[in-house]
Amino acid sequence: MELLTINNLYKNYGKKEVLKGIDLAIPKGKIIGLLGKNGAGKTTLIKLINDLLTATKGEILFRGEKIGIQSKQRIAYLPERTYLDKTMKVKQALRFFEEFYDNFEYKKASKLLKDLDLDENLRISKMSKGMQEKLQLILVMSRKADLYILDEPLGGVDPATREYILDTILNNFNEEATIIISTHLIHDIEKILDEVIFLEQGKIALNASCDELREKENSSIDEIFRRMFKC
Amino acid sequence: MNFNFDNERPIYVQLVEQLEIAIFSEKFVPGQQLPSVREFSSMLKVNPNTMQKALSELESKELIYTERTNGKFVTTDKKKIQRRKEKYANKVAITYLNSMKELNFTEKDAIEYLNRRKEEK
Repeated sequence: MELLTINNLYKNYGKKEVLKGIDLAIPKGKIIGLLGKNGAGKTTLIKLINDLLTATKGEILFRGEKIGIQSKQRIAYLPERTYLDKTMKVKQALRFFEEFYDNFEYKKASKLLKDLDLDENLRISKMSKGMQEKLQLILVMSRKADLYILDEPLGGVDPATREYILDTILNNFNEEATIIISTHLIHDIEKILDEVIFLEQGKIALNASCDELREKENSSIDEIFRRMFKC
Repeated sequence: MNFNFDNERPIYVQLVEQLEIAIFSEKFVPGQQLPSVREFSSMLKVNPNTMQKALSELESKELIYTERTNGKFVTTDKKKIQRRKEKYANKVAITYLNSMKELNFTEKDAIEYLNRRKEEK
């Protein structure tokens, strides 16, 4: 059974059609890039999968069942914008996650933070942007989930932080789970992807294996993307 | 260990090449145990599925083998490694000759050029 199945999904905001008939079957054990320009519908699709928006038409099935409270426990979501209360200390954020999610591995998160030399008594508001991004990623990746959805995890951070984020994603990936990463920074991330989904104006423009694409087109995924969308 | 990849070619193909070179140059010696897929992939910063695919390819080339519970090892068949190495070296040589051909070197001139270059060093 597929981990995630999306059938004929539509989403309108008022008269504006943002998603126009998405069909997807996502298996387990893959790292998948969800790529598209700004406004292509990436974040809307992600929010729908996380049951934070209601679809206009169509359905989303997680392990064969309609998404809802059950799927929320099994899907770990890193939103594009921070959701943490920045007046909290790191330690409080850890406790918050532990309380909220049955599958949160406190020890694992604590160890990853220690590796970063991050003081758990520090207030989030006192941390650099890069450090805040790392903290949020650690919190999300320390949940034992079936599906991880990371919305623009590389946005606005320096190359060293980017490297750390990619390493953390890779080191915490296991064959039983799937990771979906939305980004427009394709160059930085394509090496770790199994598959890519190109989203363009609310439709799937391409859904393929990265190595097969490289073989067929003799170019990088980044280049193929640029060529397709002339950006 | 550090591999460099270009994004224009399939990553698994590049992994196979670089692992072959590591075996040919005895960075991995005959009979040596290889890191697990997980260790390998975090070391080289590639997707574990891609790593797995590359190792399967090396296994079908009989350069490595799997012991059911103990993991993967470099073959102990040194002749096989030598044969594969020669095949690979041959490919490298042909690439050189073809590049020189583009510069209007005959094969003979291209070989002479190598010798001359050595003297100049």
